[in-house]
Amino acid sequence: MSTLEVKGLSTHFFTRAGVVKAVEDVSFSVGRGKVMGLVGESGSGKTVTGFSIIGLVDAPGRIVSGEILFKGRNLVGMGEAALRELRGNRIAMIFQDPMMTLNPVLRVDTQMIETVQAHQKVDRETARQRARDALGMVGIPSPDERLKSYPHQFSGGMRQRVAIAIALLHQPDLIIADEPTTALDVTIQGQILAEVQKLAANTGTSLIWITHDLSVVAGLADDIAVMYAGRIVEQGSVDQVLDVPFHPYTHGLIGSVPSRNKRGVPLRQIPGTTPSLMSLPPGCAFKTRCERADAACETMPGLAEIAPGRFARCVHPHIEILPA
Amino acid sequence: MALYLLRRLMQSGFVLVAMSLLVFLGVYAVGDPIEILISPDADQIEKERAIRALGLDLPLWQQYLVFVGKALQGDLGRSFVFNEPAIQLILQRMPATLELAFGSMFLSILIGLPLGLYAGLRPNRALSKGIMAGSILGFSLPTFWVGLMLIMVFAVQLGWLPSTGRGDTALLFGIPWSFLTLDGLSHILLPAINLSLFKISLVIRLTRAGVRETMLMDYVKFARAKGLSPFRVTFVHVFKNIMIPVVTVVGLELGGTIAFSVVTESVFAWPGMGKLIIDSINVLDRPVIVAYLMMIVLMFIIINLAVDILYTVLDPRVRLEAKA
Ligand SMILES: Nc1ncnc2c1ncn2[C@@H]1O[C@H](COP(=O)(O)OP(=O)(O)OP(=O)(O)O)[C@@H](O)[C@H]1O
Ligand code: SF4
Ligand SMILES: [Mg+2]
Repeated sequence: MSTLEVKGLSTHFFTRAGVVKAVEDVSFSVGRGKVMGLVGESGSGKTVTGFSIIGLVDAPGRIVSGEILFKGRNLVGMGEAALRELRGNRIAMIFQDPMMTLNPVLRVDTQMIETVQAHQKVDRETARQRARDALGMVGIPSPDERLKSYPHQFSGGMRQRVAIAIALLHQPDLIIADEPTTALDVTIQGQILAEVQKLAANTGTSLIWITHDLSVVAGLADDIAVMYAGRIVEQGSVDQVLDVPFHPYTHGLIGSVPSRNKRGVPLRQIPGTTPSLMSLPPGCAFKTRCERADAACETMPGLAEIAPGRFARCVHPHIEILPA
Repeated sequence: MALYLLRRLMQSGFVLVAMSLLVFLGVYAVGDPIEILISPDADQIEKERAIRALGLDLPLWQQYLVFVGKALQGDLGRSFVFNEPAIQLILQRMPATLELAFGSMFLSILIGLPLGLYAGLRPNRALSKGIMAGSILGFSLPTFWVGLMLIMVFAVQLGWLPSTGRGDTALLFGIPWSFLTLDGLSHILLPAINLSLFKISLVIRLTRAGVRETMLMDYVKFARAKGLSPFRVTFVHVFKNIMIPVVTVVGLELGGTIAFSVVTESVFAWPGMGKLIIDSINVLDRPVIVAYLMMIVLMFIIINLAVDILYTVLDPRVRLEAKA
């Protein structure tokens, strides 16, 4: 059984200006100990997908349909108390902006100990030791002293390590990491990636790694799902999707990543901008920016299995590059 | 810290000197006390003797220097009316005003904080809207009118509470206090409510705004993602953050309450400093007016310092620095 199976998830925001379909008909699954990369440009619905899974979509948003099966139990419609038992315990989330995730007026030990004690009946001293061990595990020097610090006494990279340590406290079955390294510089990013990967492999923790950086996904993930305007447009194993992207959007994304063997070749840009989620025209959401768009794209294509294990939502996928 | 305090003390000294000049000039401009103090049918010689006795024959700058010289020795002059040291007169009345001010502050927090918290956490409930509408009333109804209404209803019509005076007092540190006896408490209740009305509204609005703003912060969502109970999220993570503005504003309000409880003290015949100063202004008892204003300035300086120090206790990011 997969650790997580998302089926037909739709999450909408009912704002005064109209309905924002932030996540629409999203399905994917993550096996035990596997890493799934969730990729897409800003506003494509990655974070909202993550919040939907841990049941933290706030008004005016709500999950309107779909199932989220976590180890076989459906989280959609589950009671708040039962969800709270899972949050931070079996499912942890690391947020996008490390400068904002820790409470500025509470010491790090308070914020870690409360997490331990929220899910286990242990005394403060035991909880503190667990917190210290977790800090040590993510490479924070002299964790005993650092526990007594306030968040503002840490750098951004260190704060994100603290957030990761908090996520690891209960050795969860699933960690949703929402662009945890985007705000950090490249060397620290690399260190954190390597450490998280090692930890996940050691503990059998599954990971959903949200990012818009394809190179991060390439080195880390087993599978990848590419989102565009709230929907998954391409899905498959990382190696295959990055080598042979089917969907014109993925194709464009990969073309716009600088790399060594393409030096001298001008980077391709995807023309245009993301459409407004409030007034999506019928048909493929990418059609305004797609060089292959034609009349057939006026109806929304389904997510079709184009090759074994390879899904794409497109009527004219780049199959010509498939080896015959 | 020590350097900071020294710096603050010097600043305070400047403020005191500047204020003493302003106060002295202001009081001088208000009118000539001789007209009021000496009976119109006194002869010229008698009049001049009185003028010389009060030191009013000297030029203004000399009067000021004499005042400053004495003030430095702790002598702020003798009341023209009571022929007692002005300081002593004020200090005698001070406990009554202090307990009224602190009582009203206590009430404003006791009532305002829970109401503001509720209105912030459940902004769409009818009760919350009622609370907010009520707070507008609290802001806009004139204090003297509310005071009269309180007397009409609770003292005259219902006869539940006394409407004038301090009632029985008990000694603490050799000072009589009303709040230490049941009878005194019943006397202080109405004026304290009257004086707290504005502050209750203020605390409600500050708390509600703080809660609504803080609830949207990433760190609150992260706290929920850790699986903490709503109680802990609200009363630890949100509460500690909203206390920062509430304490600051209420602390600064305290000074205003002590200094300007004149209306309430007049309406309820509360024998505090407010009543003394009004009486002194009526008869142009200059030394009392000057001494009172100087004490108020001193009090504001002390309160501001206390609030700043409290602020650093509540917000670990703020450090008292000499350059502040
Ligand atoms: N509270 C909200 N009210 C209305 N719309 C919202 C709300 N939260 C998110 N959205 C909308 O949902 C869409 C998806 O947002 P989301 O945060 O999931 O994007 P993202 O893929 O994580 O982007 P980024 O890379 O910038 O983090 C956006 O268009 C956003 O405007
Ligand atoms: S469906 Fe049409 S418009 Fe959409 S990506 Fe495919 S070719 Fe382009
Ligand atoms: Mg995001």
